[in-house]
Amino acid sequence: MSSTGIGAPVRRKEDARFLTGRGTYTDDINRPGQVHAFILRSPHAHAEIKGIDTAKAKAAPGVLTVYTGADMQVGGLPCGWLIHSKDGSPMAEPPHPVLAQGKVRHIGDPVAVVIAETRAEAKDAAELIAVDYNTLAAVVAAEDALKPGAPQLHEQAKGNLCYDWHLGDKAAVDAAFAKAAHVARIDIVNNRLVPNAMEPRAAIGEYDRATGEHTLYTTSQNPHVIRLLMGAFVLQLPEHKLRVVAPDVGGGFGSKIYHYAEEAIVTWASARVNRPIKWTAERGESFASDAQGRDHVTHAELALDKNGKFLALRVATIANLGGYLSTFSTAIPTYLYGTLLAGTYTTPAVYVEVKSAFTNTVPVDAYRGAGRPEACYVIERIVDTAAREMKIDPAELRRRNFIPKDAYPYQTPVALTYDSGDYFTTLDMALKAADYAGFEQRRQEAARRGKLRGIGIATYIEACGIAPSAVAGALGARAGLYETAELRVHPTGSVTVFTGTHSHGQGHETTFAQLVSERLGVPIEMVDVVHGDTNKIPFGMGTYGSRSLPVGGSALFKAIDKVVNKGKKIAAHLLETDEADIEFKDGKYSIAGTDKNVAFGQVAFAAYVPHNYPIEELEPGLDETSFYDPKNFTYPAGCHIAEIEIDRDTGIVSVERFTAADDFGRIVNPLIVEGQVHGGLAQGIGQALLENAVYDEDGQLVTGSFMDYCMPRADDLPAFDVATHTTLCTHNPLGVKGCGEAGAIGAPAAVMNAVVNALAPLGVTDMEMPATAERVWRAIAEKTMPRAAE
Amino acid sequence: MYNFDYQRAQTVADAAKALSGKEEAKLLAGGMTLIPTLKQRLAKPSDLIDLGRIAELKGIKREGNAVVIGAMTRHVEVATSDVVKSAIPALAHLAEGIGDPQVRNRGTIGGSIANNDPAADYPSAVLALNATVITNKRKIAADDFFKGMFETALAPDEIVTAVSFPQAEKAGYSKFPNPASRYAVVGVFVARTGGQVRVAVTGAGPVVFRQKDMEAALAKSWSPDAVAAIKQSANGLNADIHASAEYRAHLVTVMAKRAVTAAG
Repeated sequence: MSSTGIGAPVRRKEDARFLTGRGTYTDDINRPGQVHAFILRSPHAHAEIKGIDTAKAKAAPGVLTVYTGADMQVGGLPCGWLIHSKDGSPMAEPPHPVLAQGKVRHIGDPVAVVIAETRAEAKDAAELIAVDYNTLAAVVAAEDALKPGAPQLHEQAKGNLCYDWHLGDKAAVDAAFAKAAHVARIDIVNNRLVPNAMEPRAAIGEYDRATGEHTLYTTSQNPHVIRLLMGAFVLQLPEHKLRVVAPDVGGGFGSKIYHYAEEAIVTWASARVNRPIKWTAERGESFASDAQGRDHVTHAELALDKNGKFLALRVATIANLGGYLSTFSTAIPTYLYGTLLAGTYTTPAVYVEVKSAFTNTVPVDAYRGAGRPEACYVIERIVDTAAREMKIDPAELRRRNFIPKDAYPYQTPVALTYDSGDYFTTLDMALKAADYAGFEQRRQEAARRGKLRGIGIATYIEACGIAPSAVAGALGARAGLYETAELRVHPTGSVTVFTGTHSHGQGHETTFAQLVSERLGVPIEMVDVVHGDTNKIPFGMGTYGSRSLPVGGSALFKAIDKVVNKGKKIAAHLLETDEADIEFKDGKYSIAGTDKNVAFGQVAFAAYVPHNYPIEELEPGLDETSFYDPKNFTYPAGCHIAEIEIDRDTGIVSVERFTAADDFGRIVNPLIVEGQVHGGLAQGIGQALLENAVYDEDGQLVTGSFMDYCMPRADDLPAFDVATHTTLCTHNPLGVKGCGEAGAIGAPAAVMNAVVNALAPLGVTDMEMPATAERVWRAIAEKTMPRAAE
Repeated sequence: MYNFDYQRAQTVADAAKALSGKEEAKLLAGGMTLIPTLKQRLAKPSDLIDLGRIAELKGIKREGNAVVIGAMTRHVEVATSDVVKSAIPALAHLAEGIGDPQVRNRGTIGGSIANNDPAADYPSAVLALNATVITNKRKIAADDFFKGMFETALAPDEIVTAVSFPQAEKAGYSKFPNPASRYAVVGVFVARTGGQVRVAVTGAGPVVFRQKDMEAALAKSWSPDAVAAIKQSANGLNADIHASAEYRAHLVTVMAKRAVTAAG
């Protein structure tokens, strides 16, 4: 391992820029002649628009123009994944207009846009737009939306149903339940979350009349995807005339994957007013317009034999999609959820049904983990329920059902084939680090202080490294999911990497440079990583689903291979020997078994100044591009253990210890991995204890600001004890699995199992997320009040 | 934010003059509530009269048996003041727990009590310590100052200049913070001053109020156990997604117990 190669804890190259305020985010960019857009949004969750009068707004100071849905007759925002129902019928796919067409379906739904010289003028003018709304009854909960007589959102979605999907062998599951010695049952809610990236979304549209080229600067995790979706489906702009730039982006967590209305609005309008147009969301707009996460209601049943072996799992989920289909919304509660329900276990039969519903709420889509936290939560809560009911230690019950170490590749009953893993070791590591054996003593010590102490285990598995294109295509994806990399070696041996992935907090500028440093033997300072500009980078699919290193890093490895191999030919020529005799190691090409060598930089120089060069057989230059389509998903897995205390008087839950033992495959940068785990755990603990998107019955977002939506803060979290254990991914050249989402996947179940464990001595068997102080206090009061009344 | 005329007052008299006759004018103290309100376009004042440069409104001093805190004294100054920490440590503790560091570095005691947010911390201390609110016109007893939700005894052209807190024999404050905003869901301030016990509750109701049953119990026996069995009625208490009225009522007892424990 070199000091900057694979496995080195290199400090992030990008941090000097970010920590000193020198990053360039979309809102930092100002184009000559730029004007500003303000989006007028619906204050109602559900209403017909009977008329819009923009005359006063158009006449207001500084206003260039105002557009409504009547002006902006363009394509709708597309959905990227077609799901089929049980009966084979395609999902309901109602239009998702950029600006409302006669009806609004959630608070924050864009109704009109004001373009003015300043942002304040645009905002002032927006108040002068008179919208004649005929408000309609709203429906907020997915369960309610599917009931007869519920308010109907879309003509194209009868009963508000998008699809009624299933996966697995129902007959086998029914048969297994018939012979079960024990059946555990749970009803759980996976609470809706607001993503809250630190940087709000922003977009600048610019049109060059001379060239006919449109440029969109946007806060995106995948600029090429936005170019494709907006160019081909919404605005019908040819891709060679559309450049999409996603510069520094301050966090995404999934919410910046999707193509949003504002991107299309500023691009379309800038060509009409012939001025660059900037839009930047206020935080309140982020709450009302960024795609939200989770929101499942689930009933699950686990069949076990008398020894605690899992026989079958049966799951029925109702998922909330919000008012419209966001870009990848339909895939999250299906192929990113149902396929994960085997978890880390040998459960031979699994059957899952998912009904997804439209409601008068902000659209829901992937949010850190996306489907996999929901799956983990179902499995790990029900496993703990079974352990408690059967009086088997929860760690032991898990161990009895883990997929054996020698069973890989392991085919699950829900479509996936796990390539590698070792859940026994991560469980044992976590148990040891968490001092599981010493818990009872800590519980008693806490009881003496009047506190209820609980411990909770969750094991998890993810399907990451999204995705083998053929598999995704067969399941309804409307895009390929490979990744690209270009490795441009400069004449003096420094290197620029162009990647189709996008970094918005992940540290690619460091990890990708480490891959190059490792393989080419060049110092990391000699390697720069470029991402986020469709005019610079090759066509790539961006960053989400912990895919950048497994898929993008593998593409880069392939490009490095090409460069190394071409370099061998050049080196052979320079050293006057046969290519077969050339070895490349530590930045030098040498003749095997001799000390004759040329440095990589010399080879690069020869490639660009080919005075002495095999010009008849080989093109000059040292610049290679590779596309990599993964052969399988990757399967990061691990074990998280939470230890919590409950203050009996108030019900406040405090996380006292948190231990994570994760298998991410090969670790390229342990510092970055640890940071990713910490961030994910904070989000997972946030979901379990603090965060909750609450709508009232009229569809108003009650938690529409940080005054009421509770983000986890440093003082809500303990010091994390994190460690990794590596089994290599068997099918990508790096052996990596991905680490970005794990924390958010395992933590909610671990924390909630700990809360239930703490309350179990009182007879409490269930608790909903978030486990707020009042909920916990009520659960305690319900069990202890009758006794007090005696 | 809508347009307004900004004026920076140099003296209290200046500020009063600027305020007089202008019904839509607003005083700007720390701005911790007013500025966000303006940014959300929920207020449209004609004038904003900034009190930030008025020297006579700042500072903490000992006056006989009382601690007098200028209206424009920031929470961080109260939290770290040696005078306050030695005379009424519970008041310093309260100030230390307001909002977050940014709020404590900008927010002021005068702004807090004049705004009289039902979930603000300071009103409980003013009421429990039987403080006197001093304005440019008069002195107002704590019992007469807090009238209702965001409503005080202040006349439209009246400016809080200081608050005078008598030193208590015992005082303690305990709050259950809203996990998101960290305002008080319930905050209870208990104090015994000159043999008299006062218990003030903030956050729980539409306006800070005295819990007289607890006052009577503590007058008999100053101990956490004295209040432990006293139940606050949930009638008329606030309810929101963070806490129902019933839960708030329960928390009043819990926080009162803890405040007495803290008071020693």
